[in-house]
Parts: sequence; structure tokens; C-alpha cells
Amino acid sequence: MPQFEQIDTFVGQIFWLIVTFGVLYFLMAKVALPRLASILEERENRVSGDLEKAERLKQEAEEVLTDYQKAIADARASAVAALKESADEIAATSAKRQAAFDAQLSEKVQIAEDKINAARSEAMGHIKNVAKDVAAAATSKLLDTDVTDAKLSKAVDEALGEQN
Amino acid sequence: MASGSIDPMHQFEVTTLLPIQLGNYDISFTNSALFMSLSVLLVTIFLVGSTRGRALVPGRWQSMAEMSYEMVANLLRDNVGSAGRQYFPFVFTLFMFILFGNVIGLVPGTFTFTSHIVVTFAMAIIIFLAVTVIGFVRHGAGFLRLFFPHGAPLWTAVILIPIELVSYLSRPISLSVRLFANMVVGHVLLKVIAGFVIMLGVFGFIPLGVLVGITALEFLVAALQAYVFTILTCIYLHDAIHLH
Repeated sequence: MPQFEQIDTFVGQIFWLIVTFGVLYFLMAKVALPRLASILEERENRVSGDLEKAERLKQEAEEVLTDYQKAIADARASAVAALKESADEIAATSAKRQAAFDAQLSEKVQIAEDKINAARSEAMGHIKNVAKDVAAAATSKLLDTDVTDAKLSKAVDEALGEQN
Repeated sequence: MASGSIDPMHQFEVTTLLPIQLGNYDISFTNSALFMSLSVLLVTIFLVGSTRGRALVPGRWQSMAEMSYEMVANLLRDNVGSAGRQYFPFVFTLFMFILFGNVIGLVPGTFTFTSHIVVTFAMAIIIFLAVTVIGFVRHGAGFLRLFFPHGAPLWTAVILIPIELVSYLSRPISLSVRLFANMVVGHVLLKVIAGFVIMLGVFGFIPLGVLVGITALEFLVAALQAYVFTILTCIYLHDAIHLH
């Protein structure tokens, strides 16, 4: 077996082992491993940075959504308020008009009633005179007595008062 | 080597490519040194070349480089914990060096430097000594507690200390022999079965099929042995840093 027979090559093999291993160690420690480590670290940073950014964008989007929902709610509330206000206004206007109309109506009613009352009292006055004349004529024809005007008036008033 | 037959040991022969003499020592550039250098070169090309673009989304090669980085990093973290971070370049270099040595060796006609006990033992003894030094530096004489479990009755020390001592001292041997033997056996097996393919002539397709299967198995063994060597190094580091 050459491994145990070529003893004279042992020193050379160990020498070259140390040399080549040393060179490889130097290349790995100074070039390859720092580079690999930096690549991996950079990637990790990049990935975590991207994740952070995504998280931030998500939050921003949520904020925008909240703002939007708030705006919608505000708009709805102001629309309801405006609606209520105009409804109130309309109600107030119509109530005012109603009141004005009512007042006008009652005024007209009053005037009409006054007219009716006037006409009525006038009619009553006529009735009274007629009644007085009738009563005077009747008493003078039937009883052949003249009743005083004052008495007649009183009697007619009483009779009319009973009717009323 | 008998005439006409194939010598399965020939592939392990170290041949000098460029004779170098340093004092009394022969440090010639051999095929072993060539493949060690090739391993260094390919590992460097693999890791440095693939990461040149520093792509945020890695391609295939960069992905593999990152996977090997994370695999060894996790291995070290799981076995040693955060205290092992400073040994990461060494452990990573060890893993890649052995892995590439093993895998390059599977290419027909190449030389497998991990199939030489002197190489694996040199690596194992360096790790053993380094781990022992780290243990004493971190814990001083308290490192000797490693040889006597905490809370065991005192009289068991008579039995436990020799056992622990022997198992500790045999670590470099088991570590180096495991890698060496696995590599040698795999390559010899491949060579012997390849010999059958030629010997059987037309019926050589039967061992050829076996050869294909064993080659696949040897790739598994090549990766697995590099992994085992590395994980055991991590476990030894753990013992030195945390004492069980």
C-alpha cells in the first residue's frame, strides 16, 4: 500500500497540505465568507425592509379607509342635518302660511259674522217695530185700548228675549 | 504488479511532478499537492466566482454557495453554539477542502489526497491539538474535568478517567482513519470491479451495472465523510468550549 510505503513523501504531503489549506483558509476568511455573509445579510435586510414597507403601506391604506369612512359618515350626517333643516323650514313656512291663512280666514269669518249680526240686529229692529205695530194694532182692535209705547217695547223685548 | 492484471493500489501512488528540496526535506510538488491545489482552486472559483454578481435573487451557483455556507454555519451553531463563531472560517475551509478533495478524486484518473493516512492524520492531529489548546486556554486546569463527569461517585474515577482519557486520545486516530479508510476502500472497490468488467468480456455489463451503483454510492460517501469529519470537529470544539 503506497500510503504506508512511500514514507519519504510524508513530509512533502504534510507541507503541501499546510500550504494549500492555509491558502484556502485565507481565501475563505478574507474573501468568500465575508462576501457570502454580506449577501445573506443584505438579503435579510432587504426582505425585512420590504416587509416593513408593506406593513406601513397597509397601515396607510387602513388610515385612508378610515378617513374615507369618516368622510362618508360625515357627509351622511350633514345630509341628514340639511334634510332635517329644510324639512323644518318647510314645516315652519307652511305653519306660518297656515297661521296667516287661518287669521285671514277668521278675519273674513269675523267680518261676515259682524255683517250677519248687523243684518240680524237690523232685522230684529225691524221685527221689533213690526211686532210693536202689530201688538199696538191688535190691542187697539181687540181691547180697544191704547198701550203706551214704552209698555209695548218692553213686552216685545221680553217676548223676543224669551225666544232668543 | 503482475503482468496483465490491474493493480488497485496503483492509483494511490504519489508521483513527483516537480522536485523541490528544502534543506534535508523533500517537499517536491507531487500529484497529491497538485490535487490539493486543484481543490483550493475549485473551491475558490465555486465560492468567489458564483457570488461575484452579489445577486439579491441568487442563481444556481450562488444558491449552492449560500447553501454550503448556511449548512456549515448551522452545523457549527447547532453543535458548538454562538461561542463557535470565531472558528467558522476554519470549519468551513475544512469541510470544503475535504469535500472537494473527495469528489475530485472520484473523477477517473485523478488522485485522492484524502486517501492518504498521512494527510488525514495531519489534519486530525492539528484539530486535536488545537481543540486541546482551546480547552486549556478557556478553562485552565478545569479542562481536565472533561475526563470525569460531573456528579459521578468519586470511586468511579478509577474506571472512568482511563476510559475517558483513552477515548479522548484516540480521537485523532478514529477521525483520520475513518476518512482514510472510507476513501481507500471505495476507490479499491471501484478499481477491482472495473477489473471484472474487462475480465468478463461480453458479460462485463453485469459488473458495469454494479460499478454505476457503487459510483453513485461513492459520491454519497465522499460528501458524507466530509460532513462526518466536520461534524466531529464541531463536537470536539463543543467539548473544549462547554465541557460536555
